[in-house]
Amino acid sequence: MPETKLEAHDSRPLISDPMISVCDLVVSYGERRVLNGINLEIARGETMVLLGGSGSGKSTLLRHIIGLERPQAGSIRVNGVDLATSGSKDLKKLRRSIGVAFQDAALFNSMSVEDNVALPLREHTRLPESTISLMTWMKLATVGLADSGKLRPQQLSGGMRKRAAVARALALDPEILVFDEPSAGLDPIVAAELDELILVLKTAFSMTVVVVTHEMASAFRIADRMAMLYQGSLIAVGSKEELKNSSHPRIRQFLDRVPDQIVDVGVIDKHFDEYLKGGLQ
Amino acid sequence: MISSLFEKVGKSTLRHLEYVGGITIQIGGAFGSLGQTLPLVGNRLRWRSAVRQMSAIGVEASPMVGIMALCTGFILAMQAASELHRFGAMNLVVDLVSIAFTRELGPLLAAIAVSGRSGSAFSAEIGSMVVTEEIDALRTMAIDPLEFLLAPKYLGTLIALPCLSILSNTCGILAGGLFMRFSTHMTFGVYLRDVFQAIILRDVITGLLKSVAFATIIVHVGCLEGFRVRGGPDAVGRSATSAVVKSTFLVILADVGFTALFYLIEGK
Repeated sequence: MPETKLEAHDSRPLISDPMISVCDLVVSYGERRVLNGINLEIARGETMVLLGGSGSGKSTLLRHIIGLERPQAGSIRVNGVDLATSGSKDLKKLRRSIGVAFQDAALFNSMSVEDNVALPLREHTRLPESTISLMTWMKLATVGLADSGKLRPQQLSGGMRKRAAVARALALDPEILVFDEPSAGLDPIVAAELDELILVLKTAFSMTVVVVTHEMASAFRIADRMAMLYQGSLIAVGSKEELKNSSHPRIRQFLDRVPDQIVDVGVIDKHFDEYLKGGLQ
Repeated sequence: MISSLFEKVGKSTLRHLEYVGGITIQIGGAFGSLGQTLPLVGNRLRWRSAVRQMSAIGVEASPMVGIMALCTGFILAMQAASELHRFGAMNLVVDLVSIAFTRELGPLLAAIAVSGRSGSAFSAEIGSMVVTEEIDALRTMAIDPLEFLLAPKYLGTLIALPCLSILSNTCGILAGGLFMRFSTHMTFGVYLRDVFQAIILRDVITGLLKSVAFATIIVHVGCLEGFRVRGGPDAVGRSATSAVVKSTFLVILADVGFTALFYLIEGK
């Protein structure tokens, strides 16, 4: 694992031959700047957790890393492919090496669970149907859904849907596995099961794992390193311990769950009394 | 005030140009992917999907199109007869119904039925896939959404709509025959003879050509409305409504264009 330090957002970590390298990434939607010069490197085989509050830009960064959006300024290299300049063939090839488990699973409701998992195999390989069935069963067994292949996604619980999405993401044996909010909407036990699954997959398949989350317990369980986004800027990159011990006010606020504005009930009461008096006069 | 007006006009123009640009790019992409849906030379999964679409768009819509055409045929024959019988020209009812259906009403009725039934379904299906990130999932699996979703629908509609137009022509003309049988005791054999004398092959072919154009409009407007969905489930509902309104409007607009074109060609 590379040596890590808690860095300011404008400094760049030095990792030789990183799997993912984001350099000066700027993203704006109209007048609104969503990502503001992001620099981040993720080593091969490491688990990077992207942390940040709602609207901090972590999902936008993830969409750029998986090639759903082209960089407007700056560059992103994933497994040696420059996403800003790559042609559609290179991008297609790269996408086959990235497995993505979306926040709401994004399973196709018109297909059974096993057809969902088999879809990438049917689309990108010329394997016979018997081999595809076997491989699909193995992927489902890996995530503990060997008996649920015939079910429709609507018949699965939230945790099972997420695991089915992981099985589909694993279908083409990707080098990079990406999770968008894996614990969102799950009870703590199911969320912990999913964390363990991520750890098992990482160990078993030596994958580079990128996880976007704001669930701190989950993040500290699975991360090798963490990166923290705040208002479109990367305010810290470091190990779990480094982030845990950070004195950065925004990181402390995030870790200690301190709200931005504390509602002063007294002020509301005062305004309400004044309003009532005004109304009565 | 004037600057605000210019701003509004400019924004509206840009929005419409963006729409036209989007649909042009989509049509280009769909033509590129259409080969993948063909049997033997294309991808067998796409061909299977196209066959399912043909069934959903064509076979399942045929009772509705047939009944609509029968009713319209009756209405047309009755309205025409009420005027023509005063001039003793009841035979012209046969010509009117036959020509009106093969040139115009058959393809138009079928297109309106498919626009309302399938255009909205395309939009709702794709729109809900956008909302639930299924389109993003396809892209991350290196599957082109145009090839996976749009191309089979396009091929299915390109085949189903002309077939529905022929069905609509047949039912409309049949309704005219039934009316003539009950009102003037014209035998069906005589009616058919008059029908074949009234219509020419070119009328049927121009009707089918229109169907192909209508199919292109319905599929591309429906799918584009779906792909442009942003937000939640309410946006999906709005896109389905918008797909039906826009595609029906554009079908009628295209029909005017085609009819004017054929009229000019015929006139020369």
